[in-house]
Amino acid sequence: MSVNPDKEYEQLRVSGLHAFYGESHILHGIDLVVNRGELVTLLGRNGAGRSTTLKAIMNMVGRRTGSIMINGEETMSCAPHHIARLGVGYCPEHRGIFSSLSVQENLTLPPVVRSGGMSLEEIYTMFPNLYERRTSQGTKLSGGEQQMLAMARILRTGANMLLLDEITEGLAPVIVEKLGEVLVALKEKGLTIVLVEQNFHFAAPLADRHYVVEHGQIVEEIGAHELTEKQSVLNGYLGV
Amino acid sequence: MSMIFGVPAAVLSGQLLIGVINGAFYALLSLGLAVIFGLLKIINFAHGAMYMLGAMATVIMFDALGINYWVALFVAPVLVGIVGMVIEYFFLRRIAGQDHIYSLLLTFGIALMIQGVLTNIYGVSGLRYSMPDVFKGGVNLGFMFLPYYRAWVIVAALVVCFGTWFMIEKTKLGSYLRAGTEDSQLMQGFGINVPLLVSLTYGFGVMLAAFAGVLAAPIYSVTPVMGSHILIVVFAVVVIGGMGSIGGAIITGILMGIIEGLTKTFYPPASSAVIFLVMVVVLMIRPSGLFGKEA
Repeated sequence: MSVNPDKEYEQLRVSGLHAFYGESHILHGIDLVVNRGELVTLLGRNGAGRSTTLKAIMNMVGRRTGSIMINGEETMSCAPHHIARLGVGYCPEHRGIFSSLSVQENLTLPPVVRSGGMSLEEIYTMFPNLYERRTSQGTKLSGGEQQMLAMARILRTGANMLLLDEITEGLAPVIVEKLGEVLVALKEKGLTIVLVEQNFHFAAPLADRHYVVEHGQIVEEIGAHELTEKQSVLNGYLGV
Repeated sequence: MSMIFGVPAAVLSGQLLIGVINGAFYALLSLGLAVIFGLLKIINFAHGAMYMLGAMATVIMFDALGINYWVALFVAPVLVGIVGMVIEYFFLRRIAGQDHIYSLLLTFGIALMIQGVLTNIYGVSGLRYSMPDVFKGGVNLGFMFLPYYRAWVIVAALVVCFGTWFMIEKTKLGSYLRAGTEDSQLMQGFGINVPLLVSLTYGFGVMLAAFAGVLAAPIYSVTPVMGSHILIVVFAVVVIGGMGSIGGAIITGILMGIIEGLTKTFYPPASSAVIFLVMVVVLMIRPSGLFGKEA
């Protein structure tokens, strides 16, 4: 995979994004920018609107207003399957492993959207457990293995921007560590990553920047180098 | 003459044959319903009308254009499949995600309209369709006489059922369908054109019904209301097998045909009720159906 990291290239620009589920107004004007090759986190409390932001980018919420530019292209009127084809890989919070598909079927389900994705061999090298269990039913895997599968699945497609929702949630420390290694490797490959994360200690050493989301708005932007000086502000927002 | 449980063997095997044939039709129809319910989550009350359209199209195409049975076997399902996709695109799509009752009422209404229009034109007395010459006659198996056409119906239905099962359970396209049945939104998020998949699935499901209709044309009375009679039984079959189970729909269809046939032999008055009796028992013991996943 050879994507040249270009910190000036805006891969994602979200401006004034509002989102609604039925009558409830979830996002109240999200503004954020993610450059190519950056790893950016969305931090915040449960219900702040972080997962909804990812879903809104994928056009998976009820109604949206505002603007979402991917690679400089306005996507507000795009159907979800067109958004994936712009090179966006989405890993949902519930992991979305299909129980009626085997591990390998799960892995090969998402169509390749760009050239340069990982081959099945590369993926099995990165996640040996998945190879051993490739004929098992997808949901028979352990939670950690399912999370690996959910990640591996979008690496095959060649997506160069990953939207990852709570990938460490409920997993054993050794699995979380492995996921951290995977993210480092992906960053080195030049992938752009937007990470919704509860586990700040996991996200802090990996991320270039952090956005703090509260009540459906971005309330703070913190660069990796400002973390120490803004720690108390952050703690206030996260309630830790 | 040899007797089995006090019934002549020839009578028993004759009823069994009729049972297997009816079962083949139940299997084809409930399979289509299961495929449609799986992905679209709609209860397709227009299914009987699509079966009827397949049979009517076969007869009408022969009378008007001289199109023979073999061509009709392919053309009629394709035409009905297109009708289905048009219905999906213009009507069903608009109520996707709503309560089941809306799609049930809508498809029921569509079925009534199609039936009504055709009844106005052709009446309900039944159209005549003679089977192809190659199927005239039959073979004596010693214990029973097997008409060639009946044998063909069983083989054709089994081949199509097995082919459908194989396509859904073992192929890449089938994995899209299975995954879409579980979480179609995420599928679309992966870049799969789910609206197209939904149209094709509905089209394919009603094609199966139309295929059954073509098979039925030479042996059953072809009338605009033929679909509404069989549909109720087929829904009972689907409930017994478990909504959305592909293999379950096929096996249950054939099984129920056989049970119906046996009942006709041993206690004829119960033959039209026995499937519903089985349905009641299954619903009490296993509410999700014989092959359905426990909720």
